[in-house]
Amino acid sequence: MNYRAIRAIYLFEMARTWRTLLQSIVSPVVSTSLYFVVFGAAIGSRITEVEGVSYGTFIVPGLVMLSVLTQSIANASFGIYFPKFVGTIYEVLSAPVSYFEIVIGYVGAAATKSIILGLIILATAALFVPLHIHHPLWMLTFLVLTAVTFSLFGFIIGIWADGFEKLQMIPMLVVTPLTFLGGSFYSVNMLPSGWRTITLLNPVVYLISGFRWSFYEIADVSVGLSLGMTLGFLAICMALVWWIFRTGCRLKN
Amino acid sequence: MLAQPPIISVSNLSKTYGSGFRALNNINLDIKRGEIFALLGPNGAGKTTLISIICGIANLSDGRVTVGGHDINSDYRAARSLIGLVPQELHTDSFETVWATVSFSRGLFGKPKNPAHIEKVLKDLSLWDKKDSKIITLSGGMKRRVMIAKALSHEPQILFLDEPTAGVDVELRKGMWDVVRALQASGVTIILTTHYIQEAEEMADRIGVINKGEIILVEDKAGLMQKLGKKQLTLHLQQKVDAIPPTLAPYKLQISNGGRLLTYDYDTKGERTGITSLLSDLRNAGIHISDLDTSQSSLEDIFVSLVRAP
Repeated sequence: MNYRAIRAIYLFEMARTWRTLLQSIVSPVVSTSLYFVVFGAAIGSRITEVEGVSYGTFIVPGLVMLSVLTQSIANASFGIYFPKFVGTIYEVLSAPVSYFEIVIGYVGAAATKSIILGLIILATAALFVPLHIHHPLWMLTFLVLTAVTFSLFGFIIGIWADGFEKLQMIPMLVVTPLTFLGGSFYSVNMLPSGWRTITLLNPVVYLISGFRWSFYEIADVSVGLSLGMTLGFLAICMALVWWIFRTGCRLKN
Repeated sequence: MLAQPPIISVSNLSKTYGSGFRALNNINLDIKRGEIFALLGPNGAGKTTLISIICGIANLSDGRVTVGGHDINSDYRAARSLIGLVPQELHTDSFETVWATVSFSRGLFGKPKNPAHIEKVLKDLSLWDKKDSKIITLSGGMKRRVMIAKALSHEPQILFLDEPTAGVDVELRKGMWDVVRALQASGVTIILTTHYIQEAEEMADRIGVINKGEIILVEDKAGLMQKLGKKQLTLHLQQKVDAIPPTLAPYKLQISNGGRLLTYDYDTKGERTGITSLLSDLRNAGIHISDLDTSQSSLEDIFVSLVRAP
């Protein structure tokens, strides 16, 4: 293993984060705060409780997940797409590093960034609503697994994309709707039974449900199922990355 | 004395792109340790593709390449560790500082930190006072040198310079050549591509010409220069001659244009050109000349005739 190369890529990507602090950290925090104001304070005041938890508190895990999902994808896809776009990828390709090490460097940095972001949002949420985390270790486990999985997914998008539109397309058209419909702002149990069945096809439901359980011990689906599905997505993304590099496609011609 | 094994060995290398375009066709090429090798060819000849394959940026379709005895596919780590690459385009991370980007390159190649080495590289390339500047603030020539610094950051044994002086002004070009010579003196093997013949002539120990994906000539510069040293004297005669008189036989003259032109090849680097005695022998033989001119074939002529050949 070329650990120094992994470290170099990781630190390079993290340096980019600190350099673009405003858009990397501040803007997601601001937009999440807006969600709290709109959904938590304005609308939430009309909804008393969801499954025994005040509405403002209920939406916290969903909001954190929303940011972690979208930011993981954005960070990782941009992280690998940008060197492709400006041409600096030549150096990584000509270096004595394996694809595995490249992935660890880029995906590790993207995941780190979104985990930090998730924790910052959590801290921000604590300013608005009372928070209590029943299972902090499980909370962290779900956070890390989700960040890594969706950073991998973002990495795949970044490699696949050959233009900025494609880079935006999947996050805009697929991930954002799935996240909004994945139970960030409501319990799946609040839906009519037909919609509930359809919702269960949405992978994000399992992520949010498991994450919320670690906070309040309330869940739409069983925790075991949530964990299993999360690990399943992780495995799928890993397999996809492996397949992309095995064929060498999209990076080398 | 045994000849050293080549530091780079390319055998039967072919490359066909996904579009079906065959960029390289059965390339065989050995690069000697410590030499400066110039790869000369017109645009689109396959120079960059060849370099990209050796450096690991593009996959080969067929054939084999070894670097320092290591196969570039099965033993890519060992092979790539030996190589520093300066690509043709100025690909830089605009918002990084010079110091950060050069240090990053060293880490990427798995080398432990060595600020003293980075400092030396930056000083050698006259970049030391710019070490804390963001790359976006540098001029084109400086960016080019930053890319060379990145390539040298991990102390490679082989340096690829793809069109190092494209778009670089004359003074900077001279500076670049000095850097390259100093590198060679320190034992680095250098492969440069160029379409400036003057550059190849000035810098290289050996010259390879590539055209349409094939290597059409590899020769020591000395050998090429010897060809270049040959000059030709053309004599325009007042009256045509049918045959060369026996007294003029040693000059190996050639008759052309219906007996009105005589041509004589001579070596400018020889002790005597033989021109004076030829002229007096011609007068003694009763042949009078009305005019004369001399011509010299340049590397450019050789190059053009090679790449234009069907």
